[in-house]
Amino acid sequence: MSEPVLDAVGVGKFLGHGAGRVHALKGVDLSLMGGELVLLMGPSGSGKTTLLSILGCLMTPNDGTVRVRGEPVGNLDPEALAGIRRNHIGFVFQSYHLFPTLSAEDNVRLALDVRGERSQRKAAREVLGLVGLAHKTKAFPNELSGGEQQRVAIARAIVGKPSVILADEPTGALDAENGKAIMTLLADIAKDSSRGVLVVTHDPRIVPFASRIVHIEDGRIVRQETGGEARRVSQS
Amino acid sequence: MSALKFKLAYRNLFHDRLRFVATIVGIVFSIVLVTVQAGLYVGFRRMVTTMIDHSPADLWIMPAGTKCFEDPSLLDDRQRFRALAIEGVVDAAPLVIGYAQWRLPSGTTTPVFIVGSELQGFGVRPWNLVAGRVEDLSIPDAVAIDQSYSERLGVSATGANAEIRDQRVQVAAMTRGIRSFTTTPYVFAGVDRARAYTGMAPNKASYFLVRVSPDADAGKVRRQLRESLSDVEVLTAAEFRSRSRNFWLFGTGAGAALFAGALLGLIVGTVIVAQTLYSSTKDHLSEFATLRAIGSSSRYIYMVIVWQALLSAIVGFIGAAGISAIVVRMTAESALAVVVTPGMTFALFLLTGAMCVASAIAAIVQVMRIDPTTVLAR
Ligand SMILES: Nc1ncnc2c1ncn2[C@@H]1O[C@H](COP(=O)(O)OP(=O)(O)OP(=O)(O)O)[C@@H](O)[C@H]1O
Ligand SMILES: [Mg+2]
Repeated sequence: MSEPVLDAVGVGKFLGHGAGRVHALKGVDLSLMGGELVLLMGPSGSGKTTLLSILGCLMTPNDGTVRVRGEPVGNLDPEALAGIRRNHIGFVFQSYHLFPTLSAEDNVRLALDVRGERSQRKAAREVLGLVGLAHKTKAFPNELSGGEQQRVAIARAIVGKPSVILADEPTGALDAENGKAIMTLLADIAKDSSRGVLVVTHDPRIVPFASRIVHIEDGRIVRQETGGEARRVSQS
Repeated sequence: MSALKFKLAYRNLFHDRLRFVATIVGIVFSIVLVTVQAGLYVGFRRMVTTMIDHSPADLWIMPAGTKCFEDPSLLDDRQRFRALAIEGVVDAAPLVIGYAQWRLPSGTTTPVFIVGSELQGFGVRPWNLVAGRVEDLSIPDAVAIDQSYSERLGVSATGANAEIRDQRVQVAAMTRGIRSFTTTPYVFAGVDRARAYTGMAPNKASYFLVRVSPDADAGKVRRQLRESLSDVEVLTAAEFRSRSRNFWLFGTGAGAALFAGALLGLIVGTVIVAQTLYSSTKDHLSEFATLRAIGSSSRYIYMVIVWQALLSAIVGFIGAAGISAIVVRMTAESALAVVVTPGMTFALFLLTGAMCVASAIAAIVQVMRIDPTTVLAR
């Protein structure tokens, strides 16, 4: 463990307007270190996705500060936030969000293309090999299984070597076996000490992969435990 | 420009074939409409000045207030001599024009437009000859007509006879493609015969065509002509051309009608492309949101949309160019040809591109509003 790659202090967020206004986050402190795989767990509606959006610079908080690799992002405009996302953050979504008209390889290249990087093909193939899809680089999303599509999405998230990988229920649409394969991949990615992985999940089967588990309820962090503690709890 | 952006654009575009075809049909019709209107305009512009274009005159002397080449006018020989007396004037040749009735041996008549000039000297003589020679017009009663009017004038070949003003005419030469936009056939003749056919006195003419000596200052010659001749105007060929054009194109409203047609085509095209691009963008909104979520700049996304627009423009333009080429060929020999020059083709291409890019604005405005957090909703 080294530097925090991501750091949130006192983050508060209101969502919606008028009568539908919800205090979704009520002062959240959270940091993600390089080399860590953190699980964010909590009941439905507790604010997990909202927190992930703020940590991933998709949304700005009403209170508190977020720092990416030590740099505060509070005062950045939408274009600058997009810049932070493309350079430092990789996303994995529950519903994959691959481009149906592009091959697996092109989907992965896209993450480099938005940065204006060259020699994308080689990097894309390498990363697809890493996630076990070396033989499917030319396949289109509709020719891939859910697990394979999610692996392409992971390849897209990591191809640019971002410091932060954020995943919102990455195994939510997968069966047990594919879910396990995806989590193994994410755990492997987190072994690199320059990179932290934060995974939002409901799924207790994922616990064994975690280095730390953060529990959120009603917009507040209520409990944190290390992976070891969690495993003992689940065994007893 | 990255190749992937381009790939994304064309995949988006071809993804929905039916919509793509509809877009292209819209662009093609719109651009063909614009091309035809603009081509008619150019064809018309050319046609109204064809006689001026085929005259070697440096300066035209005409009665004050002459509106166009076909405007019947009368000058006196005395003015010609006065003009010839000015230093720098090499020649001042009479040109006679006027309407007349062409009477066939069968007795039926049809109006014609006489153009008479000196056959040896300086003047507007028939060109594009397909039968006979210019010299043949010096045979007594000889005239030249355009082959496209041969049926109307009852002439099957050179040697045919008819009458104008109770005087015999014989067709000695035939031209190709000298058509009048008024649809009244031109009849070329020597200047004396033309006077006889139009009932003009031998000492009169419609215009004097002035040739200025190469060493003389044309501007100075012109000033002197203006000073020494009364009740006339002295115009350069370019000035006379633009006066004729203004009269026919704008004095008659024909130009405005053509322009309005072209504008309408553009508006229809823009609306169609804007509509399809907008709906295509709407269909791919979640992909654009994903692009935004993974950190693409707005510019990157706009470029994808603009590429979609430009690709539609290129395909649409190729289709429109093909159809326009057919229209041009079909009208080439007609009374009013649709004329498309290479410069016009290029301008139309730019116009198509501009139209499609302008159409992209609606789609871009829509994309500007996307919220990247929507990718986290399942
Ligand atoms: N756009 C919105 N407008 C108003 N309220 C919202 C909006 N989005 C989310 N909320 C509310 O904010 C709270 C937190 O939502 P969030 O999506 O972060 O929950 P979550 O922990 O991710 O839930 P789940 O496990 O079901 O995905 C919830 O009460 C939700 O209803
Ligand atoms: Mg959620």
